[in-house]
Amino acid sequence: MRTTRRSILAATAALPALGLARPAIAQPEAVKIGMITTLSGPGAALGADIRDGFNLAVKNAGGRLGGVAVEVVVADDGLRPENGRAIAERMVRRERVQVLTGIVFSNVLLAVAPVVLPAATYVSANAGPSQLAGEGCHANYFNVAWQNDNLHEAVGQYMTQQGVRRAFILAPNYPAGRDALTGFKRFYKGEVVSETYTRLDQLDYAAELATIRNASPEAVYIFLPGGLGINFIKQYAAAGLRGRIPLYGPGFSFDQDVFPAVGEDALGCFNAAQWALDLPNPANRTFVETFEREYGRLPSLYASQGYDAANLIGSALAATRGDVSDRAAFAAALKRADFASVRGAFRFGNNNHPIQTIYMREVVRDGQGRIVNRTIGVAFENHQDAYAALCRLG
Amino acid sequence: MDPSLLLEQTLNGLTLGVMLFLLAAGLTLIFGVMDVINLAHGSLYMAGAFASAAVTARTGSFAAGVLAGIAVGAAFALVLELALIRRLYARAHLDQVLATFAVILIANETVKILFGPQPIFAAPPPALAGSVELLPGVPYPAYRLVIIAVGLLAALFLWWLIGRTRLGMLIRAGTTHRCMVQALGVNIEVLFAFVFAIGGALAGLAGAMAGPILAVQVGMGEQILILAFVVVVIGGLGSVRGAFLAALLVGLTDTMSRALLPSLMRDLLPPAAADQVAANLGSVAVYLLMAVVLAVRPRGLFPAHG
Amino acid sequence: MAEAQATARVGLDGVVALCGLCLLAAAPPVLEHLQADYLLPTLTRMLAYGLAAAALDLVLGYGGLVSFGHGAFLGTGAYVAGALLQHASRGTPVLAWPIMVPGSTEALVILPAAAAVAGILAFLIGAISLRTRGVHFIMITLAFAQLVYFLVLAVPEYGGTDGLMLSARWRLAGLPVRGDAPRYWIALVLLVLFLLAARRAMEARYGLALRGARQNERRLLALGYPVYAIRLLAFTASGACTGLAGALLADVAMFVSPDLLSWQRSGELIIMVVLGGQGTLIGPVVGAFTLLALEEELSALTEHWMLVLGPILLLCVLLFRRGIWGQVIGAAYPG
Repeated sequence: MRTTRRSILAATAALPALGLARPAIAQPEAVKIGMITTLSGPGAALGADIRDGFNLAVKNAGGRLGGVAVEVVVADDGLRPENGRAIAERMVRRERVQVLTGIVFSNVLLAVAPVVLPAATYVSANAGPSQLAGEGCHANYFNVAWQNDNLHEAVGQYMTQQGVRRAFILAPNYPAGRDALTGFKRFYKGEVVSETYTRLDQLDYAAELATIRNASPEAVYIFLPGGLGINFIKQYAAAGLRGRIPLYGPGFSFDQDVFPAVGEDALGCFNAAQWALDLPNPANRTFVETFEREYGRLPSLYASQGYDAANLIGSALAATRGDVSDRAAFAAALKRADFASVRGAFRFGNNNHPIQTIYMREVVRDGQGRIVNRTIGVAFENHQDAYAALCRLG
Repeated sequence: MDPSLLLEQTLNGLTLGVMLFLLAAGLTLIFGVMDVINLAHGSLYMAGAFASAAVTARTGSFAAGVLAGIAVGAAFALVLELALIRRLYARAHLDQVLATFAVILIANETVKILFGPQPIFAAPPPALAGSVELLPGVPYPAYRLVIIAVGLLAALFLWWLIGRTRLGMLIRAGTTHRCMVQALGVNIEVLFAFVFAIGGALAGLAGAMAGPILAVQVGMGEQILILAFVVVVIGGLGSVRGAFLAALLVGLTDTMSRALLPSLMRDLLPPAAADQVAANLGSVAVYLLMAVVLAVRPRGLFPAHG
Repeated sequence: MAEAQATARVGLDGVVALCGLCLLAAAPPVLEHLQADYLLPTLTRMLAYGLAAAALDLVLGYGGLVSFGHGAFLGTGAYVAGALLQHASRGTPVLAWPIMVPGSTEALVILPAAAAVAGILAFLIGAISLRTRGVHFIMITLAFAQLVYFLVLAVPEYGGTDGLMLSARWRLAGLPVRGDAPRYWIALVLLVLFLLAARRAMEARYGLALRGARQNERRLLALGYPVYAIRLLAFTASGACTGLAGALLADVAMFVSPDLLSWQRSGELIIMVVLGGQGTLIGPVVGAFTLLALEEELSALTEHWMLVLGPILLLCVLLFRRGIWGQVIGAAYPG
């Protein structure tokens, strides 16, 4: 009886005290960085990679970013926009966190943006919804990864360059899937044999695979995030289509988070990304080497983005000497992108989204027999997203 | 559509159907005999998939992996029955829903801690990785044929177990005349535990067989659980025969709606609208099927409780 | 004696509820004083979920009908509010055919509209689902909710899985609603009004018939009660009020998330009801506050928060069968 009464008290009366028990600050001078990311459910691997990449950059710099001591506060959004928003409210309004990052999925980001952007700076390490790239762009919002359409556009461009005449394209039946195929078609000039939309919780792709075999296109392009992609890639290989019809996709369907699960079935697939394991720049070598030593696995695209986000924030902290309270000054420092990105050269466009080179990669076995991406070419140089012109930022 | 493609799509529908049956059979038995609604059935499936993938990776033997999947599924189910479900038999369905929902949370998090958040590797054995030419010019993945065969064997086994053995007689009696069975002095506790273990073993088998074609990851159970429930309800709660037919019906509906609707719609509508309509209809076909069946026959196709 | 006991029980129940209400009413100024007003949106969200859970309690606690599809109504309400606000800020009509429906930023239009659309949906789903019983009912409501979920996801205009980001907020009787406190008040007033109305209805002949149908359907039928219609009315009203809660959620978040429609959300509403105490109306509100507070606190504490939440829920089911509120007021466990 007494316990229940107490829980009611906890639920109603003591709500103002929500979470006061949490330790507040470690060191007075440490700059807090809020990381809202997905650490539970099917999307957890992506969030864990972003977090690990980010933490690695902090660790490599001795617990500092840009010479300023930082404290990374991590919270799990569970891939639920509402949870993300509640966490953001807590971080921004209670704990006065002024720099946030880490969100994996666009839906969470879109729910969080209205809370964060008026009062703090957000550096996106993954999600890049068009809503925040065009008219809805914001001076306090930076995306260090890509605008959502970028990688699809790159594959479309590359397939045009390669003279692929007939393509079969496939995505889940939801707006991001439609946007993906629209982005692809923006640069693909051949014939689209079929534009197929699948269910978002679809497990079995046999029906589509039979249709693909029947249509015998020159190439297949898929955008199937997470587990959907794994299902498709496995079944594509099992249906005997791998090696007969080349399979293309954006980098996020073909990276180190997926390879351990699909194994050889991914070999020979082509994909586009702004980063690759084998990019020869020194920053990338350090990143890949230290990541593998620290976590015992190869870094993924997501980890590279987390690492870059940390170093970008570090560059701005260095420029402002750790003062994150002046929003405009901090944004201006971020916009210079004065850091060594693991992808090589990159700068921000007017809408605070990257202008960058996008590489084509092929899935191969490396010298040690591991399944990795090898860079085979460049789809775009200095590519900017299609929404930048709508953004009124300077 | 030409006949060979139709044959292929039918086989595709059957694969999905028998996978669903393996899950639905356990669910429907557990419901029929014990009147328990077990949301954690998907967790049994996930446990089977992870155990099978891990053992296959360790031993290199797919058969060992499948056996491990079955064993882990059955063992998990037994533990669940003894530790938790046993206390919920007399409770309302609501309490069962809640308790097994909590089990899902615990199971997902435990698997994440044990195996990490990344999906793990599972592949068919090399001997089954290729395809078989069923008709000239129609190659079909051998592994999918094995899934169909395993599913049909499991159905046969259940038919024998329930229809031809003393145990099966008790199960049938337990489904229709629960009090009578207890009054006759049958050790109902052992019977219940056994039925739960059978259900768990089938779910574990489903997980093990699904590994090579589906992503083995945290949360995989919930994705398929809903479909399995649809099957159970269409088939009629407690009826294994109903679950079998409903599973095939759902598998075929799902596959055929995706295979046939796009071309059908293109004949009727302008192309852009046709794609959209076909995709949306395909998305909800299974649920529409369920709504229609239940609107006509509220107790499903083959209700077990008279 | 028994009567006196009953009055005493009602008294205790009323006193605790009144205390809770006073605390809730005092929250905005107190929080502002403590400089903790960042909690107001969270509290508003809890109130909205409390409304949804209490609405679900009508069918679940009183009617004995376990609806596993109330997420559909919650989401529908949110999307109706979102669509009206969205179209109003863009100056486009929500519907151009067969009748012209313009967008709106007026809460007095949005809230009734959300309730009405969710109510109509609940009427349609209920009309089919209520032909079934027990587990069939659980599953058919789940299936309909899935149907709604996938249909909404497929509409590109409303953002699909990205959800719908709102640029406009609603006005009340033409006046702009500024800050978090007024939103909190709107939610609190709606919740209290609902609880009062629902309590009245449940104590009236209608409520007795609804509860009677749960205990002995045949007897009620024999007495000439239209059991099906009684249940359909409860289901429709419940769906409408859940839709109202959805609209509140949309406005407080300035965002409509499709996961409001998901089966997990329907499951959470059930958990809130059972956790707080079914068949008590106030219990589900307590359950909503408790569950949301637990989730928020635990997820900030550890990445493995589900490993803590799971056992807590299990213990609640096994040990506190009457739910938190049931324990407090000592109400008999229904059913």
